[in-house]
Amino acid sequence: MEWLDTWGLSLAVFLPMVGVVVLLFVPGSMDGVAKAVGLLFTGAALLVGVAVGLRFDYGSAGAIKLEVNERWIPQIDARYHVGIDGIALPLFELSLLVSFLCIVYLLWHVPSPGKTKALIALTLLLETGMTGTFIALDLILFFIFWEVVLVPMYFMIGIWGGPRREYAAVKFFLYTLFGSIFMLLGFLALYFQGNTFDMIALREQGNLGSTLVQNLTFAGLFLGFAIKVPMWPFHTWLPDAHTEAPTIGSVLLAAVMLKMGTYGFIRIAYPILPDAAVYFAPVIGILAVIAIIYGALCCFAQSDLKRLIAFSSVGHMGFVMLGIATVSDRGINGAIFGMVAHGLITGMLFFLAGSIHERFHTREISSLGGVLQQMPRFGSVLVYAGIASLGLPGLAGFWGEMLALLGSYQPGAGLDEGLFRILMVGGGIGTVLTAGYLLWTIQRVAMGAVPEKFADGRGLFDVHPLEWTAWAPLLALILAAGIYPRMVLGVTDGAVQNLLKSFGG
Amino acid sequence: MIFALAEEATPGTVAGFATEYMWAVPLLPFLAAVIIGFFGRKMGGKEHYVGIFAVGAGLVMSLIAFAQLAGGNAAVEASYTWFRLDDSLELEFGMNYDFLTGVMFVVVTTISLLVHIYSTGYMHGDKRYTWFYAALSLFTGSMLFLVIANNLMQMFVGWELVGVCSYFLIGHYWEESPNSSAAIKAFITTRIGDVGFLFGIFVLFVATGTFDIIEINHLAEEGELGGSIATIGALLLFCGAVGKSAQVPLHVWLPDAMAGPTPVSALIHAATMVVAGVYLVARMFILFEHAGAALNVVAIVASITMLIAAALALVQDDIKRVLAYSTVSQLAYMMAALGVGAYTAGVFHLFTHAFFKALLFLGAGSLIHAVHSNNMSDMGGLRKYMPHTFKTFIIGSLALAGIFPLAGFFSKDEIVGEAFRAASEETQITAIIVFASAIITAFLTALYMTRACIKTFFGEYRGHGTPHESPPSMVVPLWILAGASLSVGLLGLPVVGPFADWINVPGETRHGFDTLYNIVLPLASVGIAVAAIWLGWVLFYKERRQVDILSTRFAWVYRLLENKYYLDDIYMGGIVRPVQYPLAAFAYWTNQHILDGIVNGTAHATVGAGQGVYGVIDQQVVDAGVNGAAGLTGFSGGLLRYIQTGNVQRYAAFLFIAIAAFVALFGLT
Repeated sequence: MEWLDTWGLSLAVFLPMVGVVVLLFVPGSMDGVAKAVGLLFTGAALLVGVAVGLRFDYGSAGAIKLEVNERWIPQIDARYHVGIDGIALPLFELSLLVSFLCIVYLLWHVPSPGKTKALIALTLLLETGMTGTFIALDLILFFIFWEVVLVPMYFMIGIWGGPRREYAAVKFFLYTLFGSIFMLLGFLALYFQGNTFDMIALREQGNLGSTLVQNLTFAGLFLGFAIKVPMWPFHTWLPDAHTEAPTIGSVLLAAVMLKMGTYGFIRIAYPILPDAAVYFAPVIGILAVIAIIYGALCCFAQSDLKRLIAFSSVGHMGFVMLGIATVSDRGINGAIFGMVAHGLITGMLFFLAGSIHERFHTREISSLGGVLQQMPRFGSVLVYAGIASLGLPGLAGFWGEMLALLGSYQPGAGLDEGLFRILMVGGGIGTVLTAGYLLWTIQRVAMGAVPEKFADGRGLFDVHPLEWTAWAPLLALILAAGIYPRMVLGVTDGAVQNLLKSFGG
Repeated sequence: MIFALAEEATPGTVAGFATEYMWAVPLLPFLAAVIIGFFGRKMGGKEHYVGIFAVGAGLVMSLIAFAQLAGGNAAVEASYTWFRLDDSLELEFGMNYDFLTGVMFVVVTTISLLVHIYSTGYMHGDKRYTWFYAALSLFTGSMLFLVIANNLMQMFVGWELVGVCSYFLIGHYWEESPNSSAAIKAFITTRIGDVGFLFGIFVLFVATGTFDIIEINHLAEEGELGGSIATIGALLLFCGAVGKSAQVPLHVWLPDAMAGPTPVSALIHAATMVVAGVYLVARMFILFEHAGAALNVVAIVASITMLIAAALALVQDDIKRVLAYSTVSQLAYMMAALGVGAYTAGVFHLFTHAFFKALLFLGAGSLIHAVHSNNMSDMGGLRKYMPHTFKTFIIGSLALAGIFPLAGFFSKDEIVGEAFRAASEETQITAIIVFASAIITAFLTALYMTRACIKTFFGEYRGHGTPHESPPSMVVPLWILAGASLSVGLLGLPVVGPFADWINVPGETRHGFDTLYNIVLPLASVGIAVAAIWLGWVLFYKERRQVDILSTRFAWVYRLLENKYYLDDIYMGGIVRPVQYPLAAFAYWTNQHILDGIVNGTAHATVGAGQGVYGVIDQQVVDAGVNGAAGLTGFSGGLLRYIQTGNVQRYAAFLFIAIAAFVALFGLT
């Protein structure tokens, strides 16, 4: 199995793409076959991913491993350079897992207007884009994977979405594209300063232009990544996209796609432009804390369950960005932990919101109630995910937030301690607000009396076996990451240490 | 110092065979919770045995281990790495079993076991019987996990876990929204304190480089951790204690927490979880001692709390609320003891209070079970119907009132005595305040308990139906606790009782017999309690005035108390509602109209600009009138069409221009 050490990553990335090709030969009427193909290829990709993960050398998680560096487009110096380290590995595996679980969920329910084959093909395409983003080490390659993600998601929202799907789809597409342009400009600026698109080489070169050029370049990258995260005030595409997207679209969006933005900061902007990163860190930190508090406040004002979860993502990604802004070992490890935790927990919450919609045909919080009475298991899963989301220790949500806050108490060298301590207090207030809206939501949806409209319980069945199949891994991992944080931190820390070397740490 | 303790108490430093395995005591209830949670429904109403077995085994181990400590075996600290980040952070997952842990283990497992047994009667036939037992076990495990933690972060984890169990159990009857609201209130109020706790951990961690409790205390003692950092750290930790132990101004959640089933109130909201705050201060006592004014703050907050809460207990009709305010007041007693440096007295009061307050709550549960109401106005004359509940409740009340020779007498007397000593010998202002508050509170305590006893057991029965004594599963735990309330005080006999030797803190000298402290003050404090009982008897029984004196002659005081000093209204009206509605609505409004307005406005403008630019480049496409029309009708309706009819080309054109500009810019420099 030696070949896994080189082409294993690429195999996991492109297997879903092969699935898309296979699907081309499946007649549109054969839903069952399309589902089987989807399951087969996402499953195979996941297996390859796990196998690669097992061959990963955890003793030196800091270094890039399982590298392939081949000639690709010599005219512009773009190379097919992929590899993985401890920062990317958890996100890579998360993408493979969540994509597979989404297909499992599709076995249970395909959203209107059907077209199963097309939906599965888009999911597979999305998977290739997402996983590819996490292993690309060449800026052009990264950019292509990054953009590949946009198209399937655009169609997913635009075709299988809710009533305002067209608006949401276009907004999602254009807004992120707008960011991508600046990101691409940033990449080009790096190229002209360093004469290479290779991330590793760029990082090793250091000193890419004057301070002004570096800062401008960082600003371009910042805009691209910040919109994807999304950071306040660039987040307004997210609630619309989430509200309108079909369930699996929301899950993939929350669980994986948002992390592409935060990952971009850690993988590209920070190591290559460390001075500019320190220069911008206070701004990032301030925006992050605004996002935490603002996101929480907006959650209180929501009447649609799914929109509420979307806004909660804004707040949670705020904690991730706060961790990144601290430019510290603790903060960045916390940020990566937070990404994984948010992927698991919010992905789970979006599954639940979708399943609530399938049962009650509404997501209006005011017309729901007493879910625990009619569907005790479903209600319990909802309470569990909600409690995890508010950052209860022992579940996944806690460690990321804790480390991000600890990072802001003692930020990295060159950062204003006073400012970051104020930010820490802001984050602390955010945790109280977060607990407030989540418990309030649980109270209104899961507890209380059953509304008259649903009193007959028609169509209200407890968790379906296929739902269990899709959810159980997430539920288990939420607990596992909470009890055994080393599961993530043991992998990420070496790579974060390596990253911090750029900052003289 | 606890460091020193381990070495001093154990010349051979041999750990007892049981002490080394104390990590298993929290593990058992955790396992029980998992088993009950997953398989409880198939056990046909026998699931409580799983919990009873787990906690019972824990109790046996706790007693053996405690005996071994008392017999001279070493305290045990053991740990393994939970996770580490290079050299910047190492978090351990460990145990620290010493006398303080030992006392807490005995308290937690004893009360939990009795509550497990009692609940088989009290919760019989409950819809969520299985879930109730799973949560009870989960709570017990979390509480023990909190107590045994060898480092602050692990303690915080347990701290939050007991908080969430408390949330679940307060909201046990969640069909009614006031109950789930009470649960939320409890969680959020304590979480406010917990944020302070967490920040306190950060402060201490960054100052010392460790989360380890013994080490932090040691560094404080050595003077390596001191000055304002120690003070800030200690005060932030105290924020957590204020929330969890329901001290002013975060005490408001505890009375509402009475919405939970009564056995839960006895276990979580009287004997164990709420003392976690006291435990935290006791655990970090050396730090507090070396943290400037921190202990003074503790003392003042506690003094205010004990008075305020005792006064509130005087006007409640709900018997559980009487006991809840009483608990707040007694927790303040423990805090106050720590605040004047009386470590042993504070811990001892924690120990005795657990028994008699659990007894009172379970007694109240027995009453409620019989009359189906929490209100004392629906009770009365119950001594005839419920003799066992009556006798045990009276024992608990006398213990709480501090009547010789019941448990509360010894512990309360020790606190009063220590406060007096600190006040007279060191003339600490705070000690004088504590002493005065303690005396007044002792008076109020005896008074409100007299009132409660009279309103429930004496006079005529005012409720519906004919009340019956509770089943043996409930009465037997009452008698066991009554026995404990009668006897455990003897452990803390002044001069000779072993408790002070066990808990022995170097630097806190054991006092010999002294007429002032061992005769005069105790007589005085018993005298005050007796006077209060007599006054209560006159006011509430003989003259049947109820609280009329207050409500007529001092109407404003009565109103103030009835409205809980308006604190709830201030919090609700001043913080919660504004955040929940106007502030949230405003934030969302800015989101929709300003932030999103800019986005949509930019889109409109881009469409307009694009039309202009593109018109110059290529006239023909402009002729497609769709574009212009859709551009005017707005973003929401027409843009998808736009994408398909040419906007993408426009984007590509923009992209091309921008890239070309950039290439030119950077390529030439």
